[in-house]
Amino acid sequence: MQRHLISAADLTRDDAVLILDTAEEMARVADRPIKKLPTLRGRTVVNLFFEDSTRTRISFEAAEKRLSADVINFTAKGSSVSKGESLKDTAQTLEAMGVDAVVIRHGASGAPYRLATSGWIDAAVINAGDGTHQHPTQALLDAFTMRRRLIGRDAGLGEDLSGKRITLVGDVLHSRVARSNVDLLHTLGAHVTLVAPPTLVPVGVESWPCEVSYDLDAVLPKSDAVMMLRVQRERMNAAFFPTEREYSRRYGLDGDRMARMPEHAIVMHPGPMVRGMEITAEVADSPRCTVVEQVANGVSIRMAVLYLLLGGNEPAVSHARANASEEK
Amino acid sequence: MSKILIRGAKVLGGEPQDVLIEGSQIASVGVGLSADGAEVVEAAGKVLLPGLVDLHTHLREPGREDSETVLTGTRAAASGGYTAVFAMANTFPVADTAGVVEQVYRLGQEHGYCDVQPIGAVTVGLEGKKLAELGAMHESAAGVTVFSDDGKCVDDAVIMRRALEYVKAFGGVVAQHAQEPRLTEGAQMNEGVVSAELGLGGWPAVAEESIIARDVLLAEHVGSRVHICHLSTAGSVEIVRWAKSRGIDVTAEVTPHHLLLTDELVRSYNPVYKVNPPLRTERDVLALRAALADGTIDIVATDHAPHPHEDKDCEWAAAAMGMVGLETALSVVQETMVETGLLDWAGVAERMSFKPAEIGRAKGHGRPVSAGEPANLTLVDTAYRGSVDPAGFASRSRNTPYEGRELPGRVTHTWLRGKATLVDGKLT
Repeated sequence: MQRHLISAADLTRDDAVLILDTAEEMARVADRPIKKLPTLRGRTVVNLFFEDSTRTRISFEAAEKRLSADVINFTAKGSSVSKGESLKDTAQTLEAMGVDAVVIRHGASGAPYRLATSGWIDAAVINAGDGTHQHPTQALLDAFTMRRRLIGRDAGLGEDLSGKRITLVGDVLHSRVARSNVDLLHTLGAHVTLVAPPTLVPVGVESWPCEVSYDLDAVLPKSDAVMMLRVQRERMNAAFFPTEREYSRRYGLDGDRMARMPEHAIVMHPGPMVRGMEITAEVADSPRCTVVEQVANGVSIRMAVLYLLLGGNEPAVSHARANASEEK
Repeated sequence: MSKILIRGAKVLGGEPQDVLIEGSQIASVGVGLSADGAEVVEAAGKVLLPGLVDLHTHLREPGREDSETVLTGTRAAASGGYTAVFAMANTFPVADTAGVVEQVYRLGQEHGYCDVQPIGAVTVGLEGKKLAELGAMHESAAGVTVFSDDGKCVDDAVIMRRALEYVKAFGGVVAQHAQEPRLTEGAQMNEGVVSAELGLGGWPAVAEESIIARDVLLAEHVGSRVHICHLSTAGSVEIVRWAKSRGIDVTAEVTPHHLLLTDELVRSYNPVYKVNPPLRTERDVLALRAALADGTIDIVATDHAPHPHEDKDCEWAAAAMGMVGLETALSVVQETMVETGLLDWAGVAERMSFKPAEIGRAKGHGRPVSAGEPANLTLVDTAYRGSVDPAGFASRSRNTPYEGRELPGRVTHTWLRGKATLVDGKLT
């Protein structure tokens, strides 16, 4: 493992599988009466959030606390980009306080990379979402969810997602979740297809390791998992698509469309969902939809990442990892 | 009268000759000139060029003296071999009145390192709505002939048309920053493969090309001349080539950094590479070099854009756009154009002195190296190799993309009207 987690593209197949396997160990902690490990006792982790995200912050915080880390929450919403020095100054302040890891969410693409590479601080940096660039722990929790559902909880250990067909639908252009997932799923051997109106696909997408389609109905029957991306209503005003209803008709997932998916296929969403536009209540509430599991899995994945980045050389919980490690 | 004999220099890269300066003028050029009573500068092996002229410099004074002043900027220019620079209008206050341009002009004359020829804003406050007093700026002591809202595009077609027509009265030229504003909202870097991956807002080539296409057609329609600032894409080259073949009076410039660097560097998220227009692709770089070689692009202009450290030592999106360039321009041109065989030194003189002086109507600059001409000269040690150390810059700012990079060539001497501003690489 490397010292930082900035981009899903930085993970090798073995790194990624190690994280997923470690997360399975971590998930068992959640089943215990006392959901806590002493692993990061005496370590300080700061959640540095320049952009609102209650869900991600709480998920990281839960992960940190379950590993017994000391947690500092720092929110500095709004002012960061207009006052660029705040990132550097804030980082150095935290460094001076002896922080071991920084979990950073920032509105500017590349901010975590700058934090990790500019010599401003020594702490490990974990990207909790930067601009429209990357959100690697989201991709990891998505892959974890897919592996559990499509392969199995125990059967999946040591496995990647080879041969699985994953479809991502929606605002790819502005989505760090899409970028992270394309990178990670490709690394894990999955076949990825992006589906969106052409206005929401970035120029330059042809270099990505995936296919692009404008036709959701054609792709659905060939999908093992369909991940709906959030579409912000304000995109409509910027002429990315004509109306909410037209978007919904062409790219929304409703019960009829879900019926065209293979029986085993799952529906995913990083949340928060815009019900009625990108996904209907019928789909969102169906047993095939994994939104709630994704949230729970997020804590396990973040525990695994924190544990591995902060020097976890020994198996975190049991010795189940030992065999997998020897394969490398 | 002071006399300086430059002995054995390759004038414009040709056979070694001696050049005798008397007072502010070149007295004679020949072989074996007498050194009698003259200070001798041994120049064997070096290349002597007419003093370089930069049609696109940001001196920041008035208003942003923390990044550059007329004094520090002209010292940087002299270090880079320049004897005249055209100072862009996007200062605070904007150079949109006779008063501001005269102040900038006067500071240049007082400091004496380099002639400063102010560029006047096309529109009041660079707001693109109302023409600035172009005639008054021309008639001022600064004698403004080049007008530009650089940093912003004159995007209103009617305002652009009027400006092009209006400056014909006094032989002026409008220098356009070609950037369609709606297509570049939120733009952070070249739109393409790298921007898609990095998740940074794209600045598409078509935003530049569509404005250039419009403006050359406007220039043709009203019979005016137009100059395109910092052209950066292969498509822009094609449009300018077409316009010239049609007889349209268009000139164009390319910056040194667009001749050398590509958007791949943005993968570092290091804002030192953040510039407007953005660094493009390898294909664009090669097209720009070819166009500069064949004359489609007329000149090299630095777009020297100094910024204080704090405006670059931050996350990419928050960083200011621009790079300093005066002190490295000739080296970059040597590497990208001379050492690749695309241009000889006479060609460099054409594109970095003669032609920019002609476009900007800079009196006394861009003149031949011959008897009776003003002694505006630059001596270059072309054999020099060394890595760029911004700590040694005369510019107040250090935002160079070349820190630690090895570049060839070094300006050793610069003379402004016979007065040395740079001797053995040191400012006087």
